[in-house]
Order: sequence, then structure tokens, then C-alpha cells
Amino acid sequence: MDQQVKDLITNEINDNEICLFMKGTPEAPQCGFSMAVANILKVLEVKFKGVNVLESQNLREGIKEYSEWPTIPQLYVKKEFVGGCDIVKEMFENGELKNLLDQKSISYKK
Amino acid sequence: MAMDLKEIERLIKETFRDATVEIEDLAGDGNHYSATVISSQFQGKSKIEQHKMVYKSLKGKMGNELHALALKTREKNGSTS
Repeated sequence: MDQQVKDLITNEINDNEICLFMKGTPEAPQCGFSMAVANILKVLEVKFKGVNVLESQNLREGIKEYSEWPTIPQLYVKKEFVGGCDIVKEMFENGELKNLLDQKSISYKK
Repeated sequence: MAMDLKEIERLIKETFRDATVEIEDLAGDGNHYSATVISSQFQGKSKIEQHKMVYKSLKGKMGNELHALALKTREKNGSTS
């Protein structure tokens, strides 16, 4: 992965408390898995940055290497990699996601 | 870009020898699967680590030949985590 892509990813993660690397945008997701995670964040009414990996092939491949995770979407909360669609969905359903937001002092709709 | 269900199962079981593996072809197109893997090897690992272990067992096919694999992992003889 070239340094430019790595810096871009690091900056997005550092600058946004909740950062979702996704296909498409939160308003217009281009993949059902990305949409599912974006929708969860919308339901929780948390502010998040959606980074559209389809805008750059380097970014699309780079984020997989960066997180050592083979698929997109990928959710970061306060610089910590939380997981992809399966994990986020499961955490939302069993309450762990809210616990995580509490731990990280991020407000959401209770 | 499709992968046989049996091949997925074989690769996972190669790494997780004690595992119970349930795979379902969700759309019947050989492209969208769900898998539940229950193994003692997950003990003490975070969810992310558990999923990474399964992805690793698929030897780079995840995200390539294998487009979609909805994954659930559980510890064997343990509580869900």
C-alpha cells in the first residue's frame, strides 16, 4: 500500500470519531452490506463519516490491507476497528454496540 | 466468481478440525453464503480475531471468488461472545 493511501486512511480515522469505509455514500449506498451498517448508525442517530471506497481503487484495496480485513464495509469508532457488517449487526442486536458507544463516550439515541 | 459450498466447508474444517460448520447458500447462486462456525479454537479471542481466523482459513478467497459470506462464530463449550 502506498504511503499516500495509508495517510488518507489514517487521517479519516483520526478526524472522525465514527468512520465507515463503505461502498457508496450514507445517502446512496451501493451495496447492501454497506447500507445495513449505515442504517444502523442512522437509527442510533450518531454522526458518522462515510468514506466511499468506490472513488478510488487504491483506497478500496488499501483499507483491506490496513485493517487486515477482506471485505467492505469497515467500521472504526474512535480509531478502533470494530468490524464489518456481520459483527456490527450482531453487536447492534445484542446491545454490545451501544455499550461500546457508552464506553467511548459517544452520544446516541437511547 | 462463484464457489462451491463443499469447498468452503472443507477449507474451514482444514483449519478448525473440531469445528461444527453450517453453511447455507442464501440465494442459490453459489455467491451468497452464510456460515456458522463453532470451534474451541475461538476461546479467548475477540470477535474480530475469530472472524479473521475464518477468513484466513479461506486462503484469500473471501472478497474475491467468494463475494458474500455472512459469518457467525461461536466458542465451542462456551457462552456466545
